[in-house]
Amino acid sequence: MTAIDTALQPAHDTAHGHHAKPSGITRWLFATNHKDIGSLYLWFAFSMFIFGGVLALCIRAELFRPGLQFWQPELFNQFTTLHGLIMVFGAIMPAFTGLANWMLPLMIGAPDMAFARMNNWSFWLLPPAALLLLISFAVPGGAAAAGWTLYAPLSTQMGMGMDLTIFAIHIMGVSSIMGSINIIVTILNLRAPGMTMMRMPMFAWASLITAYLIIAVMPVLAGVVTMVLTDRHFGTHFFNAAGGGDPVLYQHIFWFFGHPEVYIMALPAFGIVSHIIPTFSRKPLFGYTSMVYATSSIAILSFMVWAHHMFTTGMPATAQLFFMYATMLIAVPTGVKVFNWIGTMWQGSMSFETPMLFAIGFICLFTVGGLSGVTLSIAAIDIQLQDTYYVVAHFHYVLVAGALFSLFAAVYYWFPKMTGRMYSEFWGKFHFWWSLLWFNVTFFPMHFLGLAGMPRRIPDYNMQFTDFNTMASVGAFCFGLGQLIFFANMLHSLRHGRPAAAKPWEGADTLEWQIATPAPYHSFVEAPDLEVGENGRIDAMHGGKHH
Amino acid sequence: MASRRVLLLLTGWSSAVLAAGVNLPPPVTGVAQDIYDLHMLLLYITGGIFVLVFGVMFWAILRHRKSAGHQAKHFHENTTVEIIWTLIPLLILVAMAWPATRLILQQKSSAGAELTIKVTGYQWKWHYDYLDDGVAFMSHLATPQSAIHQVADRGEHYLLEVDQPLVVPTGTKVRLLLTANDVIHAWWVPQLGVKQDAIPGFVRDVWFKVDRPGTYRGQCAELCGKDHGFMPIVVEARAPADYQAWLAARQKTAAANLEDPNKVWPLAELMARGEKVYTQNCVACHQANGKGIPGAFPALDGSAMATKDKPGHIDIVLNGSKKNAAMAAWGKQLSDTDIAAVITYERNAWGNHTGDVVQPKDIKAARGGKA
Ligand code: HEM
Ligand SMILES: [Cu+2]
Repeated sequence: MTAIDTALQPAHDTAHGHHAKPSGITRWLFATNHKDIGSLYLWFAFSMFIFGGVLALCIRAELFRPGLQFWQPELFNQFTTLHGLIMVFGAIMPAFTGLANWMLPLMIGAPDMAFARMNNWSFWLLPPAALLLLISFAVPGGAAAAGWTLYAPLSTQMGMGMDLTIFAIHIMGVSSIMGSINIIVTILNLRAPGMTMMRMPMFAWASLITAYLIIAVMPVLAGVVTMVLTDRHFGTHFFNAAGGGDPVLYQHIFWFFGHPEVYIMALPAFGIVSHIIPTFSRKPLFGYTSMVYATSSIAILSFMVWAHHMFTTGMPATAQLFFMYATMLIAVPTGVKVFNWIGTMWQGSMSFETPMLFAIGFICLFTVGGLSGVTLSIAAIDIQLQDTYYVVAHFHYVLVAGALFSLFAAVYYWFPKMTGRMYSEFWGKFHFWWSLLWFNVTFFPMHFLGLAGMPRRIPDYNMQFTDFNTMASVGAFCFGLGQLIFFANMLHSLRHGRPAAAKPWEGADTLEWQIATPAPYHSFVEAPDLEVGENGRIDAMHGGKHH
Repeated sequence: MASRRVLLLLTGWSSAVLAAGVNLPPPVTGVAQDIYDLHMLLLYITGGIFVLVFGVMFWAILRHRKSAGHQAKHFHENTTVEIIWTLIPLLILVAMAWPATRLILQQKSSAGAELTIKVTGYQWKWHYDYLDDGVAFMSHLATPQSAIHQVADRGEHYLLEVDQPLVVPTGTKVRLLLTANDVIHAWWVPQLGVKQDAIPGFVRDVWFKVDRPGTYRGQCAELCGKDHGFMPIVVEARAPADYQAWLAARQKTAAANLEDPNKVWPLAELMARGEKVYTQNCVACHQANGKGIPGAFPALDGSAMATKDKPGHIDIVLNGSKKNAAMAAWGKQLSDTDIAAVITYERNAWGNHTGDVVQPKDIKAARGGKA
């Protein structure tokens, strides 16, 4: 406990003057305030999203029509690889960490994150890692070009761009582990009195479980890329068959990390949506308890299904069957979550502000991704679909429509609390409908491409694939354009938006809406004393409990 | 064109849709047919679930909206409902798992094969070895570079055509033994319902039995480096009699082509053969004009190694580069004559005019030195 007590000290020290906040560049460089750090994370994630997005557009430009137009195949592979790595480690994961930093203390009534100084470190590790990835394009041989999965032995063939990537992964891994420790300790120790675990907001639950997943698997990733590094430079033969190694071992270790990683990018999204749907349905979350259990069982199951990424490596039938059954099983808790969200909407009094639109968009599209996931889980069928565009369609329905849409929902939802101003509802809705339309134009045809036989990660293709590729490329460029609208809306509203009320959403009932808007520089200096219901509801607001 | 496909999609599923390339291509083996059917079954089930679940949601969105004056009820729990909607999906999954399990067991049983072919993946070509019949050959992309780089002459089978297809008899259980030489590749022909990674150091097997004669096309399906997109697979299924005729012809040319390692070749013949070997194996990195790709692949035109250091030149082609694994050890893939020819070519093509002639016996000697 003493460690935590001292970690809290800074918050108490400055408590005497609420206006005593550092200014200028030092405010950000030495930031220990959870809101400042949250903002840093969010800005960093957004810039990485743009960077990764530009790489995606480079890919889509080349695939606009058959033939090689813009890039050599080698460079094309670098684009795919870095697009994947940057979206996963640079955009989505930091964005969720940033949101957790911003909102968790507010939601659970804590003064700050538990380890404020470490929080600063875990953020400032990220920019150097991003820089390593960026400069790897300029080194001899270019950036890593083995796909975001970095399969050995291909990854042992690459130039020094691969070494830079490995170091970047190490650094990002350390960063996310530090961030996770902070989230776990904050949630376990700094909750307001009365907020038992089973009354914690779903976003806190989701962040907690995600943090455990990160701590469990990031070292696995660090380990496997280190093995690649020693294979490359120090004469080990972990993955070199000629030296007695096993190339498939790489995939087992990688996917033991990689599958839980998928849920690291999905669970926080579940948490966010579990706040927004109740708020705009003006009804409590349906089935809170089963939501908690479903989230936990998804997390646990995610460790037992890794080999469904390896159905074509030639494992025995028994292994295929085991991993197929286990994978199919994940559909059950996921289904429970979807049904619960719909149960929340049922008989509600719904309104459709931008966060709600993105949340509903999330449910629909994520479910499409989930259903194609069920198809992929059938090993017999996956034989045809593995490593094709069908898979690209599937995981973008889960990651773009899942992780990204929920992040948009979250940013719109909490924007008033963060900034004290309202965003433009018109442009928010425009952003939603525009993104929804072009997202589907981009990614839906990819199902057909994959079924018809187009492998992924190829820079050129047979003429029969032309139409859908052209469609996808047009969609991608329009989708990208739409994100500039989002950016402009945020920037403009930051300065000129209408001032927001402390509780701008009628149905919002978690703790963060109880404090002033914009959230004061120092959060709950004294622990709030309130009656808390399920999903962190502050029941006093409704004039009594609903049980 | 795109609009035609959208129209087709909207107006009718089944065969019209199939022709438009929005589903698995027409299966030609029993297993591929079963995969196709299972996929359709899943499509109907998941499609049904989607419509049902989102029908309920959109009903709620229409009816239970604030602007329509709907008042929120405050229930947030119903154990019975929650148990039901956990159990029903579970049952649906069991219903799906049953046929899937049967199909997996069928896919995995390669016993009783009548013909066995060893397939080796190389960056970026396939080697086929008819183990019992003494026929073996490499299969390369046949699409010319000009079609890839210019809009000109793209045929129907652009990027899905090879110089020498895998030829198999119809009605025969064919077993493939797959492995790879450098990195992981994957051998995939959708119409046969077969995809299997080819992994260095391992031998994996798959099987198929084609009933109808025809040409079936696929591609490498595992990212294997630069030319991953240019590694097609073509399988030609022929009636058994045709197949036997093909086999006999191949065996005859194989015998005729058995090369005398001590033959002394004239420069012109070595150059002609060397150019062919170069185009098939080296052009992808070092480029047709020998200029390479600056920063990634070294130029040969005017390079010190290709104009002066002859032993070094032979060594790097035979044994690969120690600095850059992208330069493979071609000694494992090419014959002494091919290597002699390509080295001779490289030393006399473009601006290189060394006049050097490298003979097969020089390569044989160099190999001896290494062993
Ligand atoms: C929104 C616009 C986006 C577009 C247009 C886009 C497009 C693409 C394309 C064309 C590929 C290459 C597929 C292939 O050849 O295999 C790809 C791969 C990938 N994308 Fe995206 N993407 C987008 C957003 C995202 C986001 C938000 C994520 C979040 C994690 C993401 C994660 C990935 C991953 C992991 C890969 C695999 C990379 C690899 O093959 O190594 N993408 N994307
Ligand atoms: Cu390959």
